Amino acid sequence: MSTRRVVVDPVTRIEGHLRIEAMLDGSGVIGDAISSGTMWRGIELILEGRDPRDAWAFCERICGVCTTVHALASVRAVEDAIGTKVPRNADIIRNIMFLTQYVQDHVIHFYHLHALDWVDVVSALKADPDATSKLAHAVSPRWPKSSPGYFRDLLTTLKNFVESGQLGIFANAYWGHPAYKLPPEANLMAVAHYLEALEWQKEVIKIHTVFGGKNPHPNYLVGGMASAIALQSDQAINIERLNMVRGLINEAITIVEQLYLPDLLAIAGFYPEWTQIGGGLGNYLCYGDLPQDGIDSPEAFLFPRGAILDRNLSEVLEVDPRDPEGIREEITHSWYDYPEGKQALHPWEGTTRPNYTGPEPP
Amino acid sequence: MENKPRETTYEVLRRHGIDRRSFLRYCTMLTAAMGLPGSMVTQVVQAMESKPRIPVIWLHGLECTCCTESFIRSSHPIAQDIILNMISLDYDDTLQAAAGHQAEEIRRRLIEEHPGEYLLAVEGNAPTKDGGVYCTVAGQTFLDVLLETAEHAKAIVAWGSCASNGCVQAAHPNPTGATPVHELIHDKPVINVPGCPPIAEVMTGVLTYVLTFDRLPELDRFGRPKMFYGHRVHDKCQRRAFFDAGQFVEQWDDDGARQGWCLYKMGCRGPMTYNACSSMKWNNGVSFPISSGHGCLGCSENGFWDNGPFYQHLAGVPLPGIESTPDTIGKIAAAAAGVGVAAHFGSFIAKRALFGEGRDRQADTTPAKGDEA
Repeated sequence: MSTRRVVVDPVTRIEGHLRIEAMLDGSGVIGDAISSGTMWRGIELILEGRDPRDAWAFCERICGVCTTVHALASVRAVEDAIGTKVPRNADIIRNIMFLTQYVQDHVIHFYHLHALDWVDVVSALKADPDATSKLAHAVSPRWPKSSPGYFRDLLTTLKNFVESGQLGIFANAYWGHPAYKLPPEANLMAVAHYLEALEWQKEVIKIHTVFGGKNPHPNYLVGGMASAIALQSDQAINIERLNMVRGLINEAITIVEQLYLPDLLAIAGFYPEWTQIGGGLGNYLCYGDLPQDGIDSPEAFLFPRGAILDRNLSEVLEVDPRDPEGIREEITHSWYDYPEGKQALHPWEGTTRPNYTGPEPP
Repeated sequence: MENKPRETTYEVLRRHGIDRRSFLRYCTMLTAAMGLPGSMVTQVVQAMESKPRIPVIWLHGLECTCCTESFIRSSHPIAQDIILNMISLDYDDTLQAAAGHQAEEIRRRLIEEHPGEYLLAVEGNAPTKDGGVYCTVAGQTFLDVLLETAEHAKAIVAWGSCASNGCVQAAHPNPTGATPVHELIHDKPVINVPGCPPIAEVMTGVLTYVLTFDRLPELDRFGRPKMFYGHRVHDKCQRRAFFDAGQFVEQWDDDGARQGWCLYKMGCRGPMTYNACSSMKWNNGVSFPISSGHGCLGCSENGFWDNGPFYQHLAGVPLPGIESTPDTIGKIAAAAAGVGVAAHFGSFIAKRALFGEGRDRQADTTPAKGDEA
């Protein structure tokens, strides 16, 4: 049977630059695929020789969508190297910062990055607002924005937007493709929640602004936690600031419980076959996080550390990140070069020597 | 994407069921958000009534997407308003539904069918080393994509420090030859909006200004809009009084830190950083780094990554002694201001020269002219 090569470049709605080449057999099944990250900045090389206290800021810029997490990993590496232990309060605030990003990022990925693969915006035009309201009530009974009038207004907005002929970010897409499985009402509901989540994400990250002064890319890590906590000070993180954080966390809980999770489950119900697709090689490694008793006590992490091999979820294997054989970075499939022709090294031994041997751009 | 005549913002809003009164209120808020006097509302209304939605191509080069993330955090106007009602964001690989050749087709068609009509927004910059291989889109180097899209753009907005100054990937030794937009494109107006990232409302403010008045805001000699980059963070810093009084944080956990004293000795770059952080603050006015207890990194300044270590204070200039009376300190500060920043931070400038910058960043204190053109 003849094969066909399909190239998707750029893969959109991700952070960074990605190219996928898929080889299809005669019946349209992908037999092999190659993915390439087509951007490289060499931040490891830029870090060489710097003051270690500055490293977090460089690493933070690895990604602005998952802001702060690379900075956190970087500062922990430095603290590990110099044997510093941060106070419990610093760990608590770092955990709050990490979780804020974690929750906000999940919602953004679901609605603003991935949803358009499952949600047909143009099909939403055919939705009946009354039926959409009923659906929304069934999916999330306590979510307030679900009246027929609300969906009717959105439908008008959407109709006018589409009829203007200027589709903006929705232009030239795949609307009407049979791979879209949602009924029009579910599509309309998802569009409504796309916009509601867009509104919310700018609120929850104010937790980052309280402790780190800004988001994206808050500044807060050096010295354990730069922000002073003094409940009765008018210049530090005081009771008013903590109340604000508490309010934002409560709002986030509402969004996750009443918007994000119900939508995720409702939409997933229309795409059951996708639970069997993907998953990579079936081997998973989790460093673990959310220390409750310091970073050196992984047994007390809320997100446990461990490895899963061959999709065997019943057994979580122990990982020692300091073991040179425990974790290795491979370069077999990447454009790097290791000394003495080696293919795999523990991160502590690893080097960054770019060696691009891919096709030359025209 | 059809070639229909483009609608004005007012027409779009009307069709969305927004009445005239709400439209006028919206224009008034927009005018205020841009920091324009109330007398300008009429002009804003007129612009919104008569100007079509401008197509925008938003490219991503070597970057981390923090600018897009910042943009969608905007509180006034909100991102949804801009994307649905004010611009036609036809190409933005972080947000657009289409991928691969369908995405590239949009860009090509805009270049061919609307030359000179679209705005080019650039997030990130272009690697120029090794034939530009360090960033490619659809098999083409980002450098090529940038140059061919810029050729027919009406104007260019360089988002963030990457596009404006080079930012982290251009820090020593700049392994990819990362080069900011204004060094690659010389025949188009370029607005530099530096910051890592820029403040959300600065981004949307620049965009709405250009859309409303169909011209560039007044720029300083580094191509930055004066309305947002006209003052140093230090000038309006809430901790400024402690600087003047010689009260400094010396340790992250000392009493000065709890009292909110000045972070200069902890390396704060506020005194040499032109940005709106201390006046507008971040994320709808919640805070800014100094307010939250960490010094400014100077992230909107050219070459700030190579101006470290970040936690070492700027220069060995004599600081106001803690024994000094506020009067003496006031005199010192006034004298320093009188001879300009160069005297105040002399060795800082010398240090910059070491990094091959050569040019100082003496305060350009010319107040921004009004917009009554």
